[in-house]
Amino acid sequence: MYSVDLENLCKSYGSIQALKGLTLKVPHGSLYGLLGPNGSGKTTTLRILCTLLAPDAGKVSVAGFDALKNPRLVRSQIGYVAQEVAVDKILTGNELLKLQGDLYHLQADEINERIEDLTKRLDMNTWISRRCGSYSGGMKRRLDLAAGLLHRPQLLVLDEPTVGLDIESRTAIWELLLELKAQGTTVLLSSHYLEEIEALADQMAIIDGGCVIAQGAPDELKKELGGDRVTLRVREFSNQDESEKVRNLLLNLDGVRQVVINRAQGFSLNLVVDDETVLPRLRSELDKSPFELFALSHSRPSLDDVYLQATGRTLMDAELAIAGQRDIKLENKQAMR
Amino acid sequence: MITSNSEVSNFISRRSHFSDISQETIALTRRLFIQLFRRPSTLIAGILQPLIWLILFGALFSNAPKELLPGDMGYGQFLGAGVIVFTAFSGALNAGLPVMFDREFGFLNRLLVAPLGSRNSIIFASVIYITSISLLQSIAIMGTASLLGYGWPGASGVLVVLITLLLLVFAVTALSLGLAFALPGHIELIAVIFVVNLPLLFASTALAPISFMPAWLGWLASINPLTFAIEPIRAAYGGPVDLSVVVLHAPYGEVNGFECLGILVVLTIGLFLMISPILNRKLS
Repeated sequence: MYSVDLENLCKSYGSIQALKGLTLKVPHGSLYGLLGPNGSGKTTTLRILCTLLAPDAGKVSVAGFDALKNPRLVRSQIGYVAQEVAVDKILTGNELLKLQGDLYHLQADEINERIEDLTKRLDMNTWISRRCGSYSGGMKRRLDLAAGLLHRPQLLVLDEPTVGLDIESRTAIWELLLELKAQGTTVLLSSHYLEEIEALADQMAIIDGGCVIAQGAPDELKKELGGDRVTLRVREFSNQDESEKVRNLLLNLDGVRQVVINRAQGFSLNLVVDDETVLPRLRSELDKSPFELFALSHSRPSLDDVYLQATGRTLMDAELAIAGQRDIKLENKQAMR
Repeated sequence: MITSNSEVSNFISRRSHFSDISQETIALTRRLFIQLFRRPSTLIAGILQPLIWLILFGALFSNAPKELLPGDMGYGQFLGAGVIVFTAFSGALNAGLPVMFDREFGFLNRLLVAPLGSRNSIIFASVIYITSISLLQSIAIMGTASLLGYGWPGASGVLVVLITLLLLVFAVTALSLGLAFALPGHIELIAVIFVVNLPLLFASTALAPISFMPAWLGWLASINPLTFAIEPIRAAYGGPVDLSVVVLHAPYGEVNGFECLGILVVLTIGLFLMISPILNRKLS
């Protein structure tokens, strides 16, 4: 059974196509990570399944309900922690949680009991009675998470939950998410932090350009890639011509499966090799050639490699490419009702 | 813990729709009042500004010949009704600002992802809040005007004043909330408030009777909603309450107190009907 079942979602903002037939299935009880660079369609996807946005086309099923036909039922099952923390600066944390409880129609004693419980779990005792205007980013995020959990939702949706947070807050949030998963709550979080998905998610999807381009368990996705990764440089900053020559030299070597020139990283070479036994052969081949080895690193496949394999670029390159193209004014307008 | 879909449906349906709406409306209204008590500057400014109008304008024209004003009243008493209406009007015109800030800061999304019994609760809370504040400010002005010797309308007069103000506040609140959802940001909303506020005051009978005005302005004042609120209140201040008496001598004819209130009712309903498509679109 799926907690979230999205089929062929399409959504455009004017001439910009944010989602292009996105299909996503989140198994019940999983901690599911949505990985993708900023602007890839993660937030739009989450906003649609939380009923904040209507898709132009496609099906949205959450907790077994059609979100387009039964939005209120869907809302009652979801806890949503948005990317932009929206707290009322004038209210105290306690008052904000009480308001949240009333919006979800909980009884007064239930509200108080749950606030007390969440205050302890998220370590908010010392500041929960202060006005939200005095909170740090991490405190606001913890409060927002408590608000999302107050009605004990079947599905917790978090949009970039730890962006810009201090380590203490990030750890507190990660621990709580793992605890929730252990208790059977489905958690769906978007992130552009590889280590976050690596540390938390038991299932994941990579979103790029408004589509899901790979999905599965992180370990399986890495295993599917096969081989080890080697990054090699013959100079700190090489050039296209030199890199091509080294690439042609190494491609014929036994145990080397693939050699890609990474222009964004000073024309370094990214190799996929059978295993670590290839490394001595690499060194000796370079010794015999006019090129000197400047740097060499070896690793098992990472999620970034999964991303690279699926999209043809690293996540960081994708972030940089999108950074210059983003229209913040338009995005703010999209976020406003 | 609720696990199956049928249990969820039962959970939703076993609660009374009315109790859901009242719980969320009370909570949202409480939030607005907490904001007000912790940041009372707008409330205080909302009382001070009309008071300054009343004291300065009242003094400025205190020597105006009584025979030029209706019912032989002094200028202070004449001005009182205008300032009371202006207070309620200005307060209600600001009704959209908290909603606009909630839109801009994303707080509205927090409300919209909650399973509200009705999203109109957000509107109800704003209307309850702004109505209470506007009436409170108006009563403060009435009390001060009374202390300044500008009279008190009496028990039935107070009732007319409150009913008239309620109608005006509902109408203007509807307009302001509609603007808060239609305009792109608070800068634009504040600009509209600035543009609308004083011209509507000047083009009404708040500061001077129609007989003082050039013909074109007299026409404008005679179709200005503020005038239809000011005149019944002025009549209530002028003597025993009788809404069947003509209170406005407009260029197009005479209008009695009942007709003034009727026009305000029509205006209120019309404005709520006008903004409902915007609200439906934004809150659907």
